[in-house]
Amino acid sequence: MERIEQANEEAVGRMLAADPVLIDVVTAGDVIDGLGEKVILHAGPPIDWADMCGPMRGAITGIAVFEGWAPDLEAAEEMASAGAFEFRPNHHASAVGPMTGMTTLSQPVMVVENRKYGNRSYCTVNEGLGKVMRFGGNDAEVLDRLRWLRDVLGPAMGVALRDTGGIPLKSLVARGLTMGDEMHQRNVGCSGLMLRALAPALAKTSTDTKALSESLAFIGGNDQFFLNIAMAMGKAIMDPVRDIDGSCVVTAMSRNGTTFGIRVSGTGDRWFTAPVEMPEGLYFPGFTEADANPDMGDSTIVETIGLGGFAMGASPAVAGFVGAGTAADAANYTRTMAEITVGENPEWTIPALDYLGVPTGIDIRLVVETGLAPVINTGIAHREPGVGQVGAGVVRAPMACFEQALVAFAESVGVA
Amino acid sequence: MKKEIDDGLLRDPLCVVNVGLEGFAADLEAQGLTVTQVDWTPPAGGDARLADILSKLGT
Repeated sequence: MERIEQANEEAVGRMLAADPVLIDVVTAGDVIDGLGEKVILHAGPPIDWADMCGPMRGAITGIAVFEGWAPDLEAAEEMASAGAFEFRPNHHASAVGPMTGMTTLSQPVMVVENRKYGNRSYCTVNEGLGKVMRFGGNDAEVLDRLRWLRDVLGPAMGVALRDTGGIPLKSLVARGLTMGDEMHQRNVGCSGLMLRALAPALAKTSTDTKALSESLAFIGGNDQFFLNIAMAMGKAIMDPVRDIDGSCVVTAMSRNGTTFGIRVSGTGDRWFTAPVEMPEGLYFPGFTEADANPDMGDSTIVETIGLGGFAMGASPAVAGFVGAGTAADAANYTRTMAEITVGENPEWTIPALDYLGVPTGIDIRLVVETGLAPVINTGIAHREPGVGQVGAGVVRAPMACFEQALVAFAESVGVA
Repeated sequence: MKKEIDDGLLRDPLCVVNVGLEGFAADLEAQGLTVTQVDWTPPAGGDARLADILSKLGT
C-alpha cells in the first residue's frame, strides 16, 4: 500500500534527521513527571510484582533501600508484595534503563536532547560490569556505588556537560562503529571517545582533585560506560517516530525479564507482548545456562535504531564475546537484519561491509513475512536476586509480538 | 512443437539450486552433485491468515 510506504519513509526520515546531544546529568525526580516517593520505573512493558523475575525483584528491593523507603532488603520485599510501591515502565516516562532498569527519584539521569525535534530522554549512569543493580545486585557494595554515582559522578558530569554546551552523539557513534563497537555489548571505542570529550570539562569544572580522579578512573575503567548514553540516544531518536498514521515501523523493543514488548508507530503506545526468550551465549567462569535469567532490559532500543545485533558486522570482537561465531557470522547477522528494515543509515556505516549503512527502521511486515526476528546482543543476569551478571549472549525478539502487532496494524489501516 | 535441448546441460557437471524440501538437495549431494539449498520458507511461516494480511498490506 502506497500509504504505508510513505508513512514508513517518514518514520525512517525522522530517525535519520535526529540530532541527539548529551546535554546534562540531573536528578531524575526533578525532570521526570510523577517520579515521586515509592514510584519505581523499570525496564520493559508493564509488569506487577507477582510476575517479576528474580533479578528484577532483587533490584526493586535494593533500590527501595537505596531510596530510604525500607530499612533492609527483607522489609523492602514485604513492602513490594503488599503493594507499597508503584511500578511503571521507563518507556512511559521518556526514559530507558538497562537490564532491570531501575529509575527512581534521587538517582542521577543523563539527558539526551534530540535537537531536531526538541524532545529529551533520560537514562541512569552505567554502573560497570558484574554485581550491579541492573543485573539484580543489591548488597552494600552495589548500593554504595549508587550513592557515589548520585553524590559525586552525577553532579560532576552535569556541571561538565553544561560547560561543554553538549556533546553531539551521532558523529561519535559513527566513529565508534569504525572502532569495532556495536553499542550494545561492545562500547569500548565510544566510551573512550566520550571520556576524551568529557575529561577536559570535568577537569576544568572540578574543585575536588580526589573526586575528579575517581570520576575519570570510573569512566575510563568501564567499557560499557557508553551503553546507557546510547540507550538514551535511542529513546531520543525513536520518540518522535511514534504515532505516524500508517507506519508499521517499530518504535520500541523492550523486556522486563518476563515479557518482551514492542511498540509500532501506527498503533501508538500500545504494547504487543510475548514471553521473553532465553539468550544463547557464553558464561563467566563458574556459571552455566542453568543460572541464567531470560532476556531483560530496555537496551533493545539500540537494536531499534540499527545498532547492537543489527550492527554486529561492525564488531567481530563482540561476536566472540557473545558466542555468536566468526567475523563472517557477524556480517551475516547485519545483512540478514537488512531484510527486515526499511532502509539503511548513510551516516552510520560499517567499513568491513563496504561501508554498508546499519539496517534502519524495523518493518513488522518484513519480520512476519520472512520469519526473521530481530537479533539482540545482550548481557545475561543470574536468575536469583542479588547475584548479578553471569554472561552475555544473543537472543531473538519473540515472533509472536510482531504477529500480534501485524494484526492490530492491519486493523488500524482498515485491512481486517 | 519439439524443443531443442542443449546437450551440454547433461554432458557438463551439474550445479543445482534447490528451492523447497531439503531432502531433494540431500539426495543429489549423496550422488556427488554440487547443490545450493536456498534458505526459504513460505511467507509468515505458512500461516494463512497472516499471509493474507501481508498480501493486502503489501511489502
